[in-house]
Amino acid sequence: MEILSVKNLTKSFGGLMAVSNANIVLNKGELVGLIGPNGAGKTTVFNLLTGVYVPSSGSVEFSTAKGVKKLNGLKPYAITRLGMARTFQNIRLFKDLTVLDNVRIAMHSNIRYGLMTTFLRLPSFFREEMETVQKAERLLEIFNLNSKKAELAKNLPYGEQRRLEIARALATNPSILLLDEPAAGMNPNETAELTDLIQWIRKEFDLTILLIEHDMSLVMKICERLYVLDYGTVIAEGKPEEIKINKRVIEAYLGEEVLDA
Amino acid sequence: MKNLLTPKNIKTVVGIVAIYGIIQLLISTNILSDYYQVTLAMICINIILAVGLNLITGFTGQFSLGHAGFMSIGAYTSALITINMTGEYSFYVGILGGAGLAAVVGFIIGMPTLRLKGDYLAIATLGMAEIIRIMMLNLDFTGGAAGLSGIPQYTNWLWLFVFSAGTVLVTRNFINSSHGRACISIREDEIASEAMGVNTTKYKVLAFVIGAFFAGIAGALYSSYFYFIKPDLFGFLKSIDILVIVVLGGMGSLTGSILAAILLAIISTYLQSFPELRMVIYSLLLVIIMIFRPKGLMGSKEFSLGGFPGNLSLPWKKSAKVKDEG
Amino acid sequence: MEQFLQQIINGLSLGSIYALIALGYTMVYGIIKLINFAHGDIYMIGAYVGFVCITYLSLGFVPALIIAMAVCALLGFIIEKIAYKPLRNATRIAALITAIGVSLFLEYSTMFVAKPDVRTYPAVLPDKSYTLFGGVRLSFKQICLFAVTIVLMILLQYIVRRTKMGKAMRAVSMDQDAAQLMGINVNSVISFTFAIGSALAGAAGILVGIYYNTINPLMGIIPGLKAFVAAVFGGIGIIPGALIGGFSIGIIETLVSGYGSSLYKDAVAFAILILILIVKPSGLLGKNTREKV
Repeated sequence: MEILSVKNLTKSFGGLMAVSNANIVLNKGELVGLIGPNGAGKTTVFNLLTGVYVPSSGSVEFSTAKGVKKLNGLKPYAITRLGMARTFQNIRLFKDLTVLDNVRIAMHSNIRYGLMTTFLRLPSFFREEMETVQKAERLLEIFNLNSKKAELAKNLPYGEQRRLEIARALATNPSILLLDEPAAGMNPNETAELTDLIQWIRKEFDLTILLIEHDMSLVMKICERLYVLDYGTVIAEGKPEEIKINKRVIEAYLGEEVLDA
Repeated sequence: MKNLLTPKNIKTVVGIVAIYGIIQLLISTNILSDYYQVTLAMICINIILAVGLNLITGFTGQFSLGHAGFMSIGAYTSALITINMTGEYSFYVGILGGAGLAAVVGFIIGMPTLRLKGDYLAIATLGMAEIIRIMMLNLDFTGGAAGLSGIPQYTNWLWLFVFSAGTVLVTRNFINSSHGRACISIREDEIASEAMGVNTTKYKVLAFVIGAFFAGIAGALYSSYFYFIKPDLFGFLKSIDILVIVVLGGMGSLTGSILAAILLAIISTYLQSFPELRMVIYSLLLVIIMIFRPKGLMGSKEFSLGGFPGNLSLPWKKSAKVKDEG
Repeated sequence: MEQFLQQIINGLSLGSIYALIALGYTMVYGIIKLINFAHGDIYMIGAYVGFVCITYLSLGFVPALIIAMAVCALLGFIIEKIAYKPLRNATRIAALITAIGVSLFLEYSTMFVAKPDVRTYPAVLPDKSYTLFGGVRLSFKQICLFAVTIVLMILLQYIVRRTKMGKAMRAVSMDQDAAQLMGINVNSVISFTFAIGSALAGAAGILVGIYYNTINPLMGIIPGLKAFVAAVFGGIGIIPGALIGGFSIGIIETLVSGYGSSLYKDAVAFAILILILIVKPSGLLGKNTREKV
């Protein structure tokens, strides 16, 4: 079943075509990779899907529990609330807030108490806040971060910051998760751990995952399908083993890293 | 509800009542002379103003240079209401009307301008406040440059205390809630905040409206305490005064704002004896403090003395150490 | 029509004052992203230095102008070194508060030294005026105002476009770190920018004293704000933008006073500011930039 359908997605900045006529489909429960040389437009695709940029043309349709929604022109927060969460290539945690607060902020849209309850601290405020903390702690437990919940996000080691970003994205309760280079800057051990983690959360949280990654060992190992982007166009689509031997893909990558790792 | 009766909360309430009682006693026995009572009133009014601006600038990260504009709306509205209505209840109507109108204007100004960032927002809010001041200067019913006088005096220590303590408590409750965290996340990283499902426009405007509402209250208290107002009292310099309290106390620290409001009032009272040099010394202090303590006295930490004005203890505090404990 | 042309000429005179002040704002903002609130007060100091030179030292217009510019340049240089340099890595708001502190300091120490009274500027230029086509009048003061403004603009353009220092200024305003890595002494470039900007404000100060005849210690606040509006109007950080902004604000202001109500002329300037900010925050000549995600 299709959960996300992207048709003829195009974005131009001035005269520059950052993404042109991209067609991408995600089926429910899939783990799909989006790869391509540097500057191919991968992050721009993420920004278009999540509403940071408004597409110049084309459509993005998202099947949610409440039916199929067109995402074009929606604000990022509205798209997040429909069930699409993301991480950022250049880690965008709330650096000066605690680990726990980072996760709690992402749970904001589930909060039901209103302003008057807040100002006067009525009982439902305490009840919901307690629930929020408990949920956040459970989530942090999964990511092995609960012992550091009171630390400021900026004081975590790099690998843990990446993990916290994923935990924070999951706290928004998504059905689709977009990961932008989750393994960037990690050593092979950390990458291997992350690989297991991604597969595990997909099952546990019933997720559909689209990930951008340069680490081919990770991509080839866990992705069921791949899209290859070059100069803003999708030049190939298929199973990892097909992509590995695709002529256009090899040409696009020529001079860059070798595909099989 | 029984978990509200923790020792810490009881201490907080006792602390609040004690502060009120002791000062009331000092006033009744005339130990605190009229002269110092004026200082006291200015401290309370400045606390209300600074807490509101801190919510906008310190917690939500939206740079405003026009806070005095909202104060003037509160002051003029309540002055006109109390002048034209009789009976003490006109004061309540005046405060509510002043604060309400300030909030409405805050909403109208905030909607278009809060899309701007940093310095641009600062300048836009400055411009808005100047426009408000020029309107007060030129409208018929505001008395022009001469202002309004003979405003009935209802503001007393009780009201000053109720409103300043109330403002602090309400703001503290707000920033330690999910709504408050949404505001803080905008300050930290607006793009990430939006990506986490926070409607950033809504929360920026909300912080702005709450801050404007408080400034309206402060203005109403001011006009009814000093029974005379004119547009120049609410100019650019007043906005700067409020901002200085916020920055000096520490952006994102409520107790910092309170401390700074008290400290500056004391300095200012002391400097009254050197009228010509007063502003020279004040400005020098400002520059020196900024050079040596650019994060203000408290940074973003809170200061707590036996419960007040620190945090009410929350039932889960033992398990989760929340940031605001500082 | 004749009245309209007269208003335009008056507007251009006022506009050249705003433009001279706006240039300093825009150059400083372009280079260290600081709204130098003290800039309007440097303009006031320029007016006072000119006043002292003409009244007590009996100097002529040109030497007084040069001295006022030199004193202001030095003042700008010192202010940057003492007050702003220590805060270069602090938050924007700390730097802004410092600028406000410096501004108050200049205002009130002038008030302390020179007393708060309004001073009447001595008549250093002949009070002649010429009738042009259709009865439009142009005074000798206005001619001098335009002449000084144009000469200073050409000089500035030459410095920024043709000299090594100008090139360094442009480099620092684009990317401070990269400029540093290329061997540019960023500190001296910043000092130089403050000095130049302050000298222009000083020139504006003495010109306004001569043009309007009166000066006082708080005269810099409102023109300072309006010059900032002018800088934003034209696109902050862009030198030709400050010129266009200054002249536009000057003309709009005189037209509003001439045809509408002079009471609202300041409100109109700020309303324009807000409109510009909302419609095109980068100003008339600015390019929109977007944060990289």
